[in-house]
Amino acid sequence: MILRTLIFIVGLLFITLTLAGWLTWVERRLLAVWQDRLGPNRVGPFGTLQALADAIKLFTKEDWVPPFADKSVFVIAPAIILIAVLMSFVIVPFAPGLLLANLNIGLLFFLAMSSLSVYSIVLGGWASNSKYALLGGLRAAAQMITYEVFLGLSVMGPVLLAGSFRLTDIVEAQQELWFVVPQFLGFVLFLIAGVAETRRLPFDLPEAETELAAGFHTEYSGMKFGMFFIGEYLGMILLSAMITTLYLGGWHGPFLPPIVWFLLKSSFFLVLFILLRASLPRPRLDQLMSFGWKVLLPLALANLLATGAVVLMRGG
Amino acid sequence: MLTSFYIAGAVAVAATLLMVMSPNAVHALLYLIVSLLAVALLFYFLGAPFVAALEVIVYAGAIMVLFIFVVMMLNLGRQATERERHWLRPSVWIGPSILAAILVGEVVYLLGRAGLPTPGVEQIDPKAVGKVLFGPYLIGVELASFLLMGALVGAYHLGWRRPKLEMHDDVYSRAARTPSGGAPLHRRADRPVGPA
Amino acid sequence: MLSILRTMWDVFLHVFKRPVTIPYPEQKAVLSPRYRGRIILSRDPDGGERCVACYLCAVACPVDCIALQATQDETGRRYPEFFRINFSRCIFCGYCEEACPTYAIQLIPEFEMGEYDRQNMVYEKEDLLIAGEGKYHGYNYWKVAGAAIGGKDKGEAERESPPVDLHSLLP
Repeated sequence: MILRTLIFIVGLLFITLTLAGWLTWVERRLLAVWQDRLGPNRVGPFGTLQALADAIKLFTKEDWVPPFADKSVFVIAPAIILIAVLMSFVIVPFAPGLLLANLNIGLLFFLAMSSLSVYSIVLGGWASNSKYALLGGLRAAAQMITYEVFLGLSVMGPVLLAGSFRLTDIVEAQQELWFVVPQFLGFVLFLIAGVAETRRLPFDLPEAETELAAGFHTEYSGMKFGMFFIGEYLGMILLSAMITTLYLGGWHGPFLPPIVWFLLKSSFFLVLFILLRASLPRPRLDQLMSFGWKVLLPLALANLLATGAVVLMRGG
Repeated sequence: MLTSFYIAGAVAVAATLLMVMSPNAVHALLYLIVSLLAVALLFYFLGAPFVAALEVIVYAGAIMVLFIFVVMMLNLGRQATERERHWLRPSVWIGPSILAAILVGEVVYLLGRAGLPTPGVEQIDPKAVGKVLFGPYLIGVELASFLLMGALVGAYHLGWRRPKLEMHDDVYSRAARTPSGGAPLHRRADRPVGPA
Repeated sequence: MLSILRTMWDVFLHVFKRPVTIPYPEQKAVLSPRYRGRIILSRDPDGGERCVACYLCAVACPVDCIALQATQDETGRRYPEFFRINFSRCIFCGYCEEACPTYAIQLIPEFEMGEYDRQNMVYEKEDLLIAGEGKYHGYNYWKVAGAAIGGKDKGEAERESPPVDLHSLLP
C-alpha cells in the first residue's frame, strides 16, 4: 500500500514536471501557429526535445544570487511556488481510484495551496531588492489576493450542487449533467480568476515584460528562474485539471477510458490558455483591480446566492 | 499521529519565538507564516480539517500577504533592522520572558497533572462546522459579519476621495502655488551661472 | 466582452494560414537584386578593373572600413594597388556603391559570410574582385572617359569628337 502510494507520488512528480517542461514547447509552437510562424522545430523531431535543451541550458547557467539581495528569502522564494503547486496535485482525481489523497476538504486544500503560492512571487520580488522586482511583487500581492476571492466564491457553486468539498463527490455528482451547464457563470468566473491566479497572460502584470523588465523574477537566473517558470506551467496544468474536475465532469465521458477523457478535457483548457495569451492584450493594474472588485465580485456573489436559492428550493 | 502532532506543535512554538526575535520585519512575518501553517496542521491532527484549511487560506494566505504587502510598501531597509537589533537587548526582553516562562511552567504543570490529552481521532467535516455556525452560534456569526461590514464601510470611507473634481482642484492649486518652472528652477538659479 | 471572444476566434483562425517563416538553411530566401549584401569589385566588359582608385568610396564610408592605395600603370590607367574592406566593420549601408563614379564597387545579394576567425573578415582585392560586370552590364568607364590611356588616345572615346587643335583656331 505504502509502496503503491510512493510509486504513484514519484510517477506523478515525474509526469507533471515533464509535462510542464514539455508544455513550454507546446506553448511556443501553438503561439507560432497563431502568429503565422513555425516556432521551435529544430531540437528532436518537430522540436519536441526543445524543453530538454532548455532544461540543460538552465541547469548549466551560473546560479547567481545578487549581492544586494536578501539571500535566504531569495533562495526560498522559487521553491515555495513549486512546492505549493505540486502539493495541490495531491487532491486532483485523474480517474476513479487514481488519486493520491481523497481529502474531505479537497477543494479547500487547493485554495489553500494557491493562496500560499502568492508568497513565492511576493517574497521573490521583495528579496531581489530591485525596483522592478519589488513593483512586480506588489502587483502580484494585490492581484492574487483579489482574484483568490472570486476563485473561492465561484467554486462554491459546484460545492453547493454536490454538497461536498470532496473532489470525487463533485465529479460523481456530474454523472448526468456537467456543472458547466447550471454553473456557466461560475465557470467563466473561475476561468478568469484562475488565469489571474496563475499569472498567465493577459493577467501577467507581475512580470509585464514591457513595463517591469521581467517583474518579480528580474534578478533570477539559472534554475531558480527555471523553478518560477516551471511553477507557472504547473499552475496552468493544475488549473486545467481543476476546471475539468469542477465543471466538466472530470473523468466522465462515453466510450473512452476515464483517464483519457480527463486528459482530453484538461488539454483543451491548456490550449485555451495559450490562445488567451496569443490573442488578448494586458490590462492596466487599476483596470484589473476595478474589474475584479466591481464586476467579478458582485457576479460571484449573485451566482452564489442564486445557486444557494435553487439548491434550497429543491430541498437539497 | 501523536508524534506528528508534537512535532507540529514544537515547530509552531519555535517559529513563533524566532518571529519575535527576528530583527528583520519580513523574516519575522515569514516565521509567523510558518507558525500559522504549523497551527493549521495542529488543527488537522485534532480532527478539524475544515478549520485547518481556513487557517491556511485566511490567515496564512490572505492576511499575512497584506502584512507583507505593507512592509514592502514601507521598504524599511537596513536601518530599521539595525534599530530592531538595538531594541532587542536583554534588558528589554528579559522581563517579559521571565513572566512568559512562569506561565509556560504553569501550563506544563497543569497538563502534567491532568494527563496529556490525546488528540481526537474523530473528524469534523465542513458540514458539521456549518451547521454549528448557523445553528447555536448564529448570533456570533451575525455579530462578526456586522463588525466586518463596519470595517468595510470604514475602510471605504477612509479610502474614498471625491472623484475627478477634487483631483483637478488639487492639481490646479498646486500649479498655482508653484509658478511655471516650480521649485527646482529656483534652486538651480542659486548656483552661480556663467563664468564665475 | 463580445469583442474579446471575436479576437480570440480571429486569432484561432490563423491555424489555417500558412506560416510565413522560411526555414533558412534548408530553404533560401529570395533576395532582390538590389539587396545590400557582400561588397564586390566588378570588371569592365573587356576584363579590366573598373576601379579607378578615386577614394570616393573610402570617403563615403561612415565606418571607415575601406582602405585602398591608388597607383597607375605605365599607360596612365589608374587602379588600386591594394583594396581592403574590413567586413567586421562594414554596416552594408551601400554609400560606397552610391559614391562610386565607375560602377566598380557594388553590393550583391549574398550575405553568408560568417567566419570563426575575425581576421578572415578582412577581404583583400583578390577576394573582392569578380570576373564579371556585376549589376551594370556594358558600362566601360575608360571607353567613355576623356582621359588618354594605353590603346586609346584623347578623342577616341565613345560619343567624343577628336580634340580640336588650338593652334589651327588662330584668327
